[in-house]
Amino acid sequence: MKIRRDKIMLAIAGSLVGIIALALTWLGNPGNMGFCIACFVRDIAGSLGLHQAKVVQYIRPEIIGLVLGSFLISSVSGEFKARGGSAFMTRMIIGFFVMVGALAFLGCPLRMVIRLAGGDLNALIAFAGFAAGTGVGVLFLNIGFSLGRYHRQSKGEGLVFPSIQILLFVLLVAFPSILAFSAKGPGSMHAPIVASLAAGLVVGILAQRTRLCMVGGLRDTTLFGDWTLLCGAVFMFVVMLAVNLITGNFKLGFSGQPVAHSDHLWNFLGMMLVGLGSVLAGGCPLRQLILSGEGDSDAAVTVVGMFIGAAVSHNLGLSGVSGSGVPAAGRVAVVIGLLVCMVLGVARKEKN
Amino acid sequence: MSEERKMMIVDARGLSCPQPVIAVKRAIGSHCGDTKVIVDNFAAKENVARYAEAMGYDVSIEEQMEDGAREFRLNLVKKG
Repeated sequence: MKIRRDKIMLAIAGSLVGIIALALTWLGNPGNMGFCIACFVRDIAGSLGLHQAKVVQYIRPEIIGLVLGSFLISSVSGEFKARGGSAFMTRMIIGFFVMVGALAFLGCPLRMVIRLAGGDLNALIAFAGFAAGTGVGVLFLNIGFSLGRYHRQSKGEGLVFPSIQILLFVLLVAFPSILAFSAKGPGSMHAPIVASLAAGLVVGILAQRTRLCMVGGLRDTTLFGDWTLLCGAVFMFVVMLAVNLITGNFKLGFSGQPVAHSDHLWNFLGMMLVGLGSVLAGGCPLRQLILSGEGDSDAAVTVVGMFIGAAVSHNLGLSGVSGSGVPAAGRVAVVIGLLVCMVLGVARKEKN
Repeated sequence: MSEERKMMIVDARGLSCPQPVIAVKRAIGSHCGDTKVIVDNFAAKENVARYAEAMGYDVSIEEQMEDGAREFRLNLVKKG
């Protein structure tokens, strides 16, 4: 009975997250970008001056809400546990390249599903790459890849990442003049602050309770034949697809899709890198944020790697360009990322 | 095949998902008998229990505080 209950909870959570993502777009977020962890981390990095891409700078309250939602519910349930110390540098590097891959495609796995449900066929090719990357990651897990054990940390260590979110929110609301904000482009398009924060909090709570993870579903299905986690992503897709069809927001095709490009090979390889990196790091970008809220410093370091990846991607022009494609430098970065992850996958074996 | 019912212990404390389940998968694969698994986070407890149930084990879980930290001991007993 327990098995069925897990699946039902994930189906409900996935459906709700899908509806919330669509609602955020109606309230002002960019097209097919109700939720995108990679894009939103990139926007925050820009707002803090880590990169100078003028069109993608905003403190996204969704990210703040996700971490704090996870923090609050895990504190109430007793699951909050300060822990860390498992392969910090390796995790940071993986987080870095997951971001490079996601920004080549222009979306994290969550946005890939959102784009698919909106009829964006570029995301279908990206999904094939994502599945391939996940498969390679599972191969590494099967031959013994492990990032080793975490250790208990002082409670204060676990509180650092949630505290940073509170600080970011205070800056956004009380001292916006010291931050950079986009005047045009995706960074200028956003839902009202309260709605974004509330959406983040609700999704953070749902994702923490159900362990919702966009890479975990494919991973567990291939690794153990367990499709529990897959329920979340599948229901999210189906519900968003249905709503988009009913409301006339479903536009099938490759061209003219919001914040997207049709550089097929690099959409495939970019998301292959995201799939592979996410399996090695133990979860997709969304899951890393949720774990960071539960006191997991290893996940928080992975997110720091994502911030650095976003900054470097935009400062060096590695990111995919909407309506155009992935520049040569970005292609080189994606290939380097794939090679680095494969070397890590073979090299990091731990004996128990 | 011998009929021995020796208990195997898998210490998965400090491992983040999916590592605990992989460790249990290996242990069950090489051992086939009753297995005790120790984990120290909720996600690992749930995932190991789900996996073991799907593999045809009865799972009983004891929760205890060890040196101020919560631990779960899962007893996996092969059905039949």
